[in-house]
Amino acid sequence: MSRNGPAALVFHTLFVVFMVAPIVVVCWVAFTPEGFLSIPTTNFSLRWFKALANYPEFVHAFAVSLWLGALSSCVALLFAVPAALALSRYQFRGRDALSALFLSPLMIPHVVLGIAFLRFFTSAGIGGTFLALVIAHVVVVFPFALRLTLAAATGMDRSVEMAAISLGADGWTMFRRVTLPAILPGIVSGWMLAFIQSFDDLTMTIFLATPGTETLPVRMFLYIQDNIDPLVTSVSASVIAITMTVLILLDRCYGLDRVLTAKGGDAGR
Amino acid sequence: MSTTVSANPSDARTGLTLALPALMLFTGVVVIPLAMTVLLSFHDWGQYKGIEPVFILKNWIEIVSDPYYAEMFWRTFRVAVLATLITAVFGVPEAYILNRMQGPWKGLFLLIIIGPLLISVVARTLGWALLFGGNNGLVNKLLMTSGLIASPLRFMFTETGMVIALAHAMMPFMVLAVWTALQRLDPQVENAALSLGAGSFTVIRRIVLPQIMPGVLSGAIIVFSLSASAFATPAIIGGRRLKVAATLAYDEFLNTLNWPLGAAVAVLLLIALVLIVVGSNALIERRYQEMFR
Amino acid sequence: MSLLELDRVGKSFGPNTAVEEFSLAVTKGEFISFLGPSGCGKTTTLQMIAGFLDPSHGTIRLEGKDLVAMPPAKRGLGIVFQSYALFPHMTAAENVAFGLEMRKVPRDERDERVRKALALVGLAGYEGRHPRRMSGGQQQRVALARALVIRPSVLLLDEPLSNLDARLREDMQIELRQIQRNLGTTTILVTHDQIEAMSLSDRIVVMSKGKIEQIGTPQQVYEQPASAFVAQFLGKTNEFAAEVERTAGLARLVAGSWSAPAPAGATGTVTISVRPERISFGSSGLAGRITSRIFQGNHWLFQCDTECGPAIVIRQNDGQPQPDQGETVHLIWQDSDMSLRASVAA
Ligand SMILES: Nc1ncnc2c1ncn2[C@@H]1O[C@H](COP(=O)(O)OP(=O)(O)OP(=O)(O)O)[C@@H](O)[C@H]1O
Ligand SMILES: [Mg+2]
Repeated sequence: MSRNGPAALVFHTLFVVFMVAPIVVVCWVAFTPEGFLSIPTTNFSLRWFKALANYPEFVHAFAVSLWLGALSSCVALLFAVPAALALSRYQFRGRDALSALFLSPLMIPHVVLGIAFLRFFTSAGIGGTFLALVIAHVVVVFPFALRLTLAAATGMDRSVEMAAISLGADGWTMFRRVTLPAILPGIVSGWMLAFIQSFDDLTMTIFLATPGTETLPVRMFLYIQDNIDPLVTSVSASVIAITMTVLILLDRCYGLDRVLTAKGGDAGR
Repeated sequence: MSTTVSANPSDARTGLTLALPALMLFTGVVVIPLAMTVLLSFHDWGQYKGIEPVFILKNWIEIVSDPYYAEMFWRTFRVAVLATLITAVFGVPEAYILNRMQGPWKGLFLLIIIGPLLISVVARTLGWALLFGGNNGLVNKLLMTSGLIASPLRFMFTETGMVIALAHAMMPFMVLAVWTALQRLDPQVENAALSLGAGSFTVIRRIVLPQIMPGVLSGAIIVFSLSASAFATPAIIGGRRLKVAATLAYDEFLNTLNWPLGAAVAVLLLIALVLIVVGSNALIERRYQEMFR
Repeated sequence: MSLLELDRVGKSFGPNTAVEEFSLAVTKGEFISFLGPSGCGKTTTLQMIAGFLDPSHGTIRLEGKDLVAMPPAKRGLGIVFQSYALFPHMTAAENVAFGLEMRKVPRDERDERVRKALALVGLAGYEGRHPRRMSGGQQQRVALARALVIRPSVLLLDEPLSNLDARLREDMQIELRQIQRNLGTTTILVTHDQIEAMSLSDRIVVMSKGKIEQIGTPQQVYEQPASAFVAQFLGKTNEFAAEVERTAGLARLVAGSWSAPAPAGATGTVTISVRPERISFGSSGLAGRITSRIFQGNHWLFQCDTECGPAIVIRQNDGQPQPDQGETVHLIWQDSDMSLRASVAA
């Protein structure tokens, strides 16, 4: 890092401390042996992680979040892959409008989406169900799934597809044998990014979740509203650990900056 | 040179067919619900009668005339602008420093700085609540032992705390936007300026900054619009009394149960944001037409 | 009867015309090159034959059957792309086998044909290699084997050698020609390299701005260029404006102090075009002065300032003394070495 002067390095250090401080503090406090919020210095204990077992609502919320994230990311990709192929391969009228529509969940505040979904699902008679949550999450994570798939499909050498066709492959065979393997890394990282977005969403989900379908962020938020104690820090620390794992995986197999800046300018929320 | 299969009627049909499922999904579950919400904002509501499907301007008049709402929207705007400024002032130099780092350091610190973007916003805000935590929060202890302040500052339930936590939450977006702009820069241009006798500060001010300005501005737009519609951070740091637009809409919906009024607040937020974002995008594009070509 | 026929084929992209009035008949076993500068519509024409673009006008027939209505997958043409377009996740053998798989060729026969095809292009033993781990030349050969193994009625090659370095390109040219001769596969090659076109082809289609300038054997297009464009595109050439003068019933062609009997039918102002290697220095002829003299190993390159404008002259380095820079010279050439064109007004 020789190209940065000492002043720049001091600035950089302070900046990094600022960025990691709240995350480190949460994880640190989670290991307190005390019954109250404190920063352990000599004694570290797993007491509050073990205590999680006695709070089934957190465990249940965690399960809901996992299922919801996995399911909605898969469903989103089922819609996003053909859409990405359409946008990257074909010229048709209204193509730009279509891509703006598909990316619109990034622009619309999640409060607004939450309200719109609440109103809509209540009128449709499926308010508060897991199905409603899945549909809402599919929409919200769709742009992320789409963007990474789109970047992969656009970056792919089209003459490879033409080669397959010229050798006698039909459209489906070409997709299965040539296109899909080529864009698979984009699809996988799209899935991971979509999963994280779904797993973390609070603002929209809080309008739709009912006691049976509370996700982990919703449960944590409602818990914090009442009181902050070491239990919620151990929940947070677990969530952070899970996200970091996915994040490092994502970075390893695709490069985090590329994932987050994939085509379209603004990144996720 | 690759030739694309294009301008071919059968292709257009295949394209539309492939996009159709997603289009139907979005029409059914985005366009219609949004339209319903706009409609909802014109409905009437009463404590006992509930929602009445009529078409009146009551909610809109209330929002526009009651200073309580003006104060709330003004706070939303103020907090978002301040958070944006902070991310720009600190995020731009950091992105520049990051870009000048070498090899593994660059990747590592990029991961550390933009990684938080993907970490649960509730967990991150909880971290700030712990750091701020009353008079003997960690931040206050640190500031007092270092002698910067004499008596503890209040962060929890204040706009200051809200701005700091928001700036932290949004910082990755700014760094990413500037980083992307810096990547497009030709490093030889900087060397050219140096060879012409410019000092490194002049190089930054006259050569680098003008080139990455579109990146900074587009980062600022993202940060502003996300800050103005943020919910978790203002709700946790600001508490029940220091409300912003998003938390207000939430309260109207889930506590007061006045859905039409909540819908009006949400729609107003959406309209204001769309106007601001589209407007400033247009301004930036005009200003930097050359670069966007 | 011709195997492949293009009849007044045209293609426009919106308001832009990429190819116009393209007519060509290819006979079985022929090696044809499309030659022209970048953007002249070579790839567009090839893509229309391949079926990746639909012509805006005209018809394309293969063995008398209309090709335009046939989807590209059914045309049975072998195509080699400029970028090779190998399937990156398949081995060399899997790449070559793909087309046979699509044709449901039984496994044993398939393996045998793949092995033979790879051996044909000199890649025996590379069956299990992935394209990423092969050199450009080897990838090129895999692409060729993949296109040939399906026994295509026509082989289409879009600048297949342009990504290779000069040496490798020459080797591949020779090999390509040999393979094509042995198999007798009708071949169309797109290139903007005139040497490549001349050394490989039976006939060359010279194109410019979407139109055919000339179709002919390499000798024909080189020695009797149909237009100024063809003359200039195929190697260096000198052009002089000349007048046909009639004195006492005898027509003579005059350019400055050079003159020769005019061929029958020539009138008015004409353009003489002479290749630089066909010009020699004499005691009388087109007068000029040598402005520069460059030694290039096996030959000398002279730039001259003549009465009729600048000219270049190439002389074999045969050990004879050559004129110096600044010297006054006279340029002469055989009547058979020049081609005449009526000058277009300008
Ligand atoms: N899909 C397209 N849309 C619009 N114009 C196109 C398209 N494809 C080609 N063109 C235009 O048609 C003309 C001919 O293009 P083509 O690719 O056939 O040239 P080429 O002779 O193969 O050139 P090169 O040697 O550079 O490959 C060019 O002017 C090009 O800009
Ligand atoms: Mg081409």
